[in-house]
Amino acid sequence: MAVLSEELRKQIRDQFPKYPNKRAVVLPALHLVQDSLRHVSIEAVREIAELLELHPSEVHDTMSFYQFFKDEKHQLGKHRVWVCRSISCMLRGGEELLQHMCEKLHVHPGQTSADGKITMEFAECLGACEGAPCVLVDDEAHMNITPEKADELLKNL
Amino acid sequence: MAEFQPVLLARIGKPDSQLLETYRRDGGYEGFKKALGVAPVDVITLVKDSGLRGRGGAGFPTGLKWTFLPKDHPGPIYLAINADESEPATFNNRILMEEDPHQVLEGIAISCYAIKSKTAYIYLRYEYGRSYRALQKAVDECYAAGIFGKNIFGSGFELDVVLHRGAAAYICGEETGLIESLEGKRAWPRIKPPFPAIEGLFRKPTIVNNIETMACVKNILDKGGEWFKSLGIPPDPSNPRDAGSYGPKLYCISGHVNKPGCVELPMGITARQLIDEHGGGVWKGRTAKAVVPGGISMGFMSASELDTPLDFNGPGKVGCLGLGTAAITVIDDQTSMVDVLFNCARFFSHESCGQCTPCREGTAWMHKILARIRMGEGQLRDLDLLNEVAGSMGIIPGTTICGLSDGAAWPIKNAIKKFRPEFEEYITTGKKTVKPAEALMAAH
Repeated sequence: MAVLSEELRKQIRDQFPKYPNKRAVVLPALHLVQDSLRHVSIEAVREIAELLELHPSEVHDTMSFYQFFKDEKHQLGKHRVWVCRSISCMLRGGEELLQHMCEKLHVHPGQTSADGKITMEFAECLGACEGAPCVLVDDEAHMNITPEKADELLKNL
Repeated sequence: MAEFQPVLLARIGKPDSQLLETYRRDGGYEGFKKALGVAPVDVITLVKDSGLRGRGGAGFPTGLKWTFLPKDHPGPIYLAINADESEPATFNNRILMEEDPHQVLEGIAISCYAIKSKTAYIYLRYEYGRSYRALQKAVDECYAAGIFGKNIFGSGFELDVVLHRGAAAYICGEETGLIESLEGKRAWPRIKPPFPAIEGLFRKPTIVNNIETMACVKNILDKGGEWFKSLGIPPDPSNPRDAGSYGPKLYCISGHVNKPGCVELPMGITARQLIDEHGGGVWKGRTAKAVVPGGISMGFMSASELDTPLDFNGPGKVGCLGLGTAAITVIDDQTSMVDVLFNCARFFSHESCGQCTPCREGTAWMHKILARIRMGEGQLRDLDLLNEVAGSMGIIPGTTICGLSDGAAWPIKNAIKKFRPEFEEYITTGKKTVKPAEALMAAH
């Protein structure tokens, strides 16, 4: 059975007119699939390849380069929470914040909370250094995060 | 001198600064209209004569880059906007995109007209969700208002602007890595030549420009090249290769200061002025031990080098790689440079794309050696080993395709040269400063 719904396929096909060839739609397609299914399985890779008229290995080659995309063995939670570990955040407690949040959820970076809600990750510079330490929830940056504010953030997800 | 009034940041923080309506009320898209009234080559000449150099890090003269496109090319020609701002400590482009997206889009429209491109792709790092939504809304407004699309303002010029989101990889900020990624491939930088202006995106002539550069182009159209050239620092007569550092610049201030933020100033301000006059001073009443002048790739300035002007020429005079992104990170006197350098090395080993062996292996080994030192198992000769690895990777020694590894090597070389006694003391006294969080990440 197909893993990509007709709706997802339509969303992927809607990207075609933006580019002179279909290969350029690999990244947009991977984003759409992962946003919706919370991982990109080998079967999804095959189906994306078919839509884009590529070989599955070409799609997988691109996907595997970006650690951002996860396969079926690394199913993402409902939300991804990233804590920045690069220089400006490190200097202002980013790593301690990561530890605090991991302990709170009883996970290591890269793992998902038992209730399947939150995948905790570390990130390299999130580009929000004026608000270090910074936490990215999905793709929204939250700045100047103290352990207390982090607890609040996690509670509201 | 009268206090400098921000231009690029003039609209930041005003109510509804993102909206087309307020932007046009502030004179928005008049510069684009002005450009459409003259020949594309005149726009190129204006930008060239203004002295504008690219704001992304390398400082290449923007107008000159545009002239590298083949003459009378039948097209398509592409403009690829590098909005993959990922250099640690850099966030100026994010502020422009989030708060004043139309300023950026107008610069893009003007640049496309100048280089005869009908399509601009904005390659935006995934983490900038707020920028993505602000830009997409602004793009939609432009299509609805006839600023993008066919026959713009009755000129016959047409333009499409497409947002393309990245997937959290630093290497996509390298212009040919960006192009490969946009084409749907792994972001492995290309061997140059051919340079993108000859053969770039989809194998067509392509100009890759930075977001802040686009905002500068917009303001050069509004205020003129003379205005731009009246700000900043003229070329250093003792350096025949210096093209001058003109115009306003966005400086980011982060790390151990009281008031981190982004400020706009004429080029050539010093790190000390940035810290004391704009960053509220070093936090907790401490002093600065070191400052990163423009993203960690540029290396470190020591406390005695803080009066160096941050123009394109200045940081190089004190052994840094260059001005980079003009994003300073302040490191206070209580912080171990070993820890700071480890953080830099870890970043580059994580972000090396793996294409060139000296970079893939070199960044990994520098990371491992520094990790060993921080576990109290370092030896003095490790410092020379680090220098040897750093000295053999990059475009400068000629062993890699792109400059990522030059940027990875530079902080190593700078730190060991400028802070060697601190490293030696750390090793000989058997210090250990590994934090529990790092063990967690290592297990990942």
